[in-house]
Amino acid sequence: MLSVEDVHAGYGAIIALRGVSLHVNTGELVALVGANGAGKSTLMATIAGVLRPFRGQITFEGRSLLGLSPEEIVRQGIALVPEGRRIFPSLTVAENLRLGAATRRDPAGVQRDIEEMCTRFPILGKRFHQPGGTLSGGEQQQLAIARALMSRPRLLMMDEPSLGLSPILVDEVFAMITQLHASGVTVLLVEQNVERTLDIADRVYLLNTGRVECEGTPEQLRQQVDIVGAYLGDTQERS
Amino acid sequence: MNVLQEVLQFIINALSLGGLYALMALGLVIVYGILRLVNFAYGELVMVAGYTLLMLGAGPIPWLIVAVISVGMAVLTSLLLERVAFRPVRQASATTMLITSFAVSALLQNAAILFVSPRAKAVVTPSFFTENFQVGNLLISKGNLASLVVSLLLLGLLTLFLRRTLLGIALRAAADDFVMTRLVGIRANQVIATAFAISGFLAGVVALFWIGRLGSVGPFVGSTPVLVAFVAAVVGGMESLTGAVIGGYLLGTLTVGLQLVLPQSLLDYRQAFVFAIVLLVLLFRPQGLVRGRAVTERV
Repeated sequence: MLSVEDVHAGYGAIIALRGVSLHVNTGELVALVGANGAGKSTLMATIAGVLRPFRGQITFEGRSLLGLSPEEIVRQGIALVPEGRRIFPSLTVAENLRLGAATRRDPAGVQRDIEEMCTRFPILGKRFHQPGGTLSGGEQQQLAIARALMSRPRLLMMDEPSLGLSPILVDEVFAMITQLHASGVTVLLVEQNVERTLDIADRVYLLNTGRVECEGTPEQLRQQVDIVGAYLGDTQERS
Repeated sequence: MNVLQEVLQFIINALSLGGLYALMALGLVIVYGILRLVNFAYGELVMVAGYTLLMLGAGPIPWLIVAVISVGMAVLTSLLLERVAFRPVRQASATTMLITSFAVSALLQNAAILFVSPRAKAVVTPSFFTENFQVGNLLISKGNLASLVVSLLLLGLLTLFLRRTLLGIALRAAADDFVMTRLVGIRANQVIATAFAISGFLAGVVALFWIGRLGSVGPFVGSTPVLVAFVAAVVGGMESLTGAVIGGYLLGTLTVGLQLVLPQSLLDYRQAFVFAIVLLVLLFRPQGLVRGRAVTERV
């Protein structure tokens, strides 16, 4: 479904990705793990069209995404739940959801989906007419996910959905991801919470300083490397 | 005249001038919110509408149609400026965009000096602007009443647009987080062009009343409106549309109020008093009266 080949990208002179290749098959839940600065968020931003790669190829359902603007990439069927949620704080919950469906031209279907989101995430129905900025972190995360789903994506990319949430909310977010995946949504997930992620992912890529260090099913990964070591070892080096 | 009449008179004048100032400020803030660009060429949109009034006003075309064409010219000019001047520097720093807007402003002013005249020319305005009508003992200027009604009407329409339509919601979203707005699929060029079109439209409507009051148009006719718009926006809070409206009405009320309370000998210094008060407000609330995009997050 999604294929990334030898992508090099970064911000100005800072190179964050040094030849990353990966693929996501239809229906899979693929996770990207790795330390801070490994390039996970950069990869997401590059796929979403916010960053242009210096080199490499990105294709989605056989079509190249290179050179497409973010607004065109959403129209291909890819939605992003960005790092830090980035809901629109001055817009109401209702307006945030409505904007999530900006690419759709079926008002009746959009209305139905908004109602469905409010059933799936009851808190959004309760806060329907409140500005997004007044929601708590966990509520904002639900809104960010619901907003992304409103475009009816075939691929949902989630960047650190559990970051900054209380343990109870982290449980909720992971339950939500599992449920979405079970309902047939293809997911590309970036997470710091490695153990939890290995429990739910179909396949995992471990990124380290802009390269794929290893990949495989969670079991293979657990055997191949001492995850905790690779993970914490890197952060210790950095601190 | 009794006190009640004086108060009514004051309210009408304040709402009339304040409404005009609010429209000016909104035109500036609606673009600033999205691009972080203080478009100082905004005054020249007023000028373009003014010269259209000048050129067509003397002809046989009814004033109302001339007015519509003038507003249309301001919208077109605004869209044109976005396309040729601001879009190429959109990725550049805020300073670059600011300097671009100064350059565009100077260019248009000098074009007016060169091709029309360095001096202001009298514009044919409908008698309407200078006429009064009487309600009881109250003498009301028709021009003032019209600007009061039109500004309230436009504020209402703009609010509806920003709350009820997808494009309007997208405009407010873009002021919150422009990249995220693109990530949900709103086309960047469309949002920005819409903001410039609204800005041009407001400048055009302001021009009708501003030039109706002045009775003339010259190359620098836009400098006061853009200054007023900027000050009103800063006082109200540069990042909030509501703030711009509040700032506009506040500035209008101040100006009219000082006219009333200042002794004759000090009237010439009215603007100085207005700006002194503005300074005072900013000393206590440097971010303006209404703070924009305040994200209160509970975790």
